[in-house]
Amino acid sequence: MKQEMSLMVVFLILIVYDLFASENLKKYFQPVACLLFLAHTIYGFFPQAVGTSFAGMYVCYGAEISMKNILNIGVLLVLLQSNGWLSKEDTSFKRGEFFMLTLLTLFGMYLMISSGNFILFYIGLETASLPMAALAAFDKYKNNSAEAGAKYIFNAVFSSACLLFGLSFLYGACGTFYFEDLATCVYSTPLLVMSLVFISVGLFFKISLVPFHFWTADVYQGAPTNVTAYLSTISKGAAVFALMAILYKVFGNMYDEWQNMLWWIVLITITVGNLFAMRQTNLKRFLAFSSVSQAGYIALAVLAGSVQGMASTMYYILVYIFSNMAAFGVINAIETKTGKVDMTDYNGLYKTNPKLALAMMISVFSLGGIPPLAGFFSKFFVFTAAAAQGQYLLVLFALLNTIISLYYYLLVVKAMFINPNETPIEKFNSDGYMKISLVFCMIGLIVVGFARGIYEYLSLVGFGA
Amino acid sequence: MSNIPLAGYLIVSAIMFFAGVYGFLSRRNMLTILMSLELMLNAADINFVAFNKFLYPGQMDGAFFAMFAIGVSAAETAIAIAIIINIYRNIKNIYVDEVNKMKY
Repeated sequence: MKQEMSLMVVFLILIVYDLFASENLKKYFQPVACLLFLAHTIYGFFPQAVGTSFAGMYVCYGAEISMKNILNIGVLLVLLQSNGWLSKEDTSFKRGEFFMLTLLTLFGMYLMISSGNFILFYIGLETASLPMAALAAFDKYKNNSAEAGAKYIFNAVFSSACLLFGLSFLYGACGTFYFEDLATCVYSTPLLVMSLVFISVGLFFKISLVPFHFWTADVYQGAPTNVTAYLSTISKGAAVFALMAILYKVFGNMYDEWQNMLWWIVLITITVGNLFAMRQTNLKRFLAFSSVSQAGYIALAVLAGSVQGMASTMYYILVYIFSNMAAFGVINAIETKTGKVDMTDYNGLYKTNPKLALAMMISVFSLGGIPPLAGFFSKFFVFTAAAAQGQYLLVLFALLNTIISLYYYLLVVKAMFINPNETPIEKFNSDGYMKISLVFCMIGLIVVGFARGIYEYLSLVGFGA
Repeated sequence: MSNIPLAGYLIVSAIMFFAGVYGFLSRRNMLTILMSLELMLNAADINFVAFNKFLYPGQMDGAFFAMFAIGVSAAETAIAIAIIINIYRNIKNIYVDEVNKMKY
């Protein structure tokens, strides 16, 4: 409850500030907003009361608090990276709106994660996805951004309609919306299998697992880079947490059914994501397909269905947030200065901007899972969790796909360090916020891998199916 | 009215839902796509109310959920229409064939 309250306090302070501050004071909006959110993030780490409230509608235990803390870290990085883009002439007057919409979606994700009842869950899901469409269409004079917004909202409504349809059958079978009561009445009857499939489809759209990934590349390319970073890390992470909560808490008795379903989904998600990522030239599309295949690895951890699976999912998302935010941060910095997002534009980047090239290299190495970085450990824990449940064949496929993914991640590194270029991107200085966020990501990528306490804490608070 | 069985409502809602899915996939005008989506959402609402009335007459959970869903779907429509108007201002067209500038 504490985290929701402090987020609302931050939200209200910022909305009043944005509405009533004079032009002179408004110059300080970005630092004030970032500092307030930093305070909120730190506040979330303090010990707080656990339990349920609103007659079981709202559930908050250690696992939920850790999930929210992970999301907070990611959102802090997004807000830090937004400065360069929001300082442009055509977006600077909308700076406040960006913060309002972002914090509102985060609030929706909080509700979604810690709901104990499907009514609250549905409201949270919609609160998280509707402002997101407005964010995707934020650069409204650019055709691509408007197109991305349209594609996002249509897919979001389609998925939530599927989810609602599935929920209606769940209600028909059990007559309640409380997770605790549902868990005792869910058995694998045909009606409940159908309901499980529809509910999962609704969430798979949000996580962009493969048969439901078609919107991903277009929306990621068209949306402003900062919003893309937000979509690919925070929104996806929150949807995974929600999927995990629903599968473990409500459909725990149907473990065999959803494990079977996820088995095939993971297999095609990792493969298709990797194969399509290889042929991309636009870096944002490239990272979109890379994030599709990363979602497959996350789903592999969800499939395990054990305490270990939950801990490794949370750990994977924490590392994924750091590595993806670093990659998008570099793309964002370069796009803000020069407007270039193609992989060929990055040729010879190391000569002119060695620090950015280094940050990009570390982040793609972490995404690919090269040992000293945190990405290796997160993949390792995921594979361990899946193998502990006897999924050896799937782990083998995932390992083979990791090798394929190394190929295309190294393409980026090759472009920056080896490919010659007559006219590389000129040397430039990015603003202080971007530097802070990139340094923070780099520290995270190295420290999270070696700090063993993090994974141990997460497996302490996690729960299984 | 009262002698319509539960199956009648469920058949109507299933037909509505899949008509909506068909419309979503086949229509070319964005407003028609939006109407198809509304059809899908309303099919789910019918299910909630029908289940509530026939199977669990002692409580109101299903009806409440239907009301929440109607409210949320109104918000969805508002945002979708705002985005469609924005696209119309940009390219003077709301056919999805024209909104496919991003392809690989």
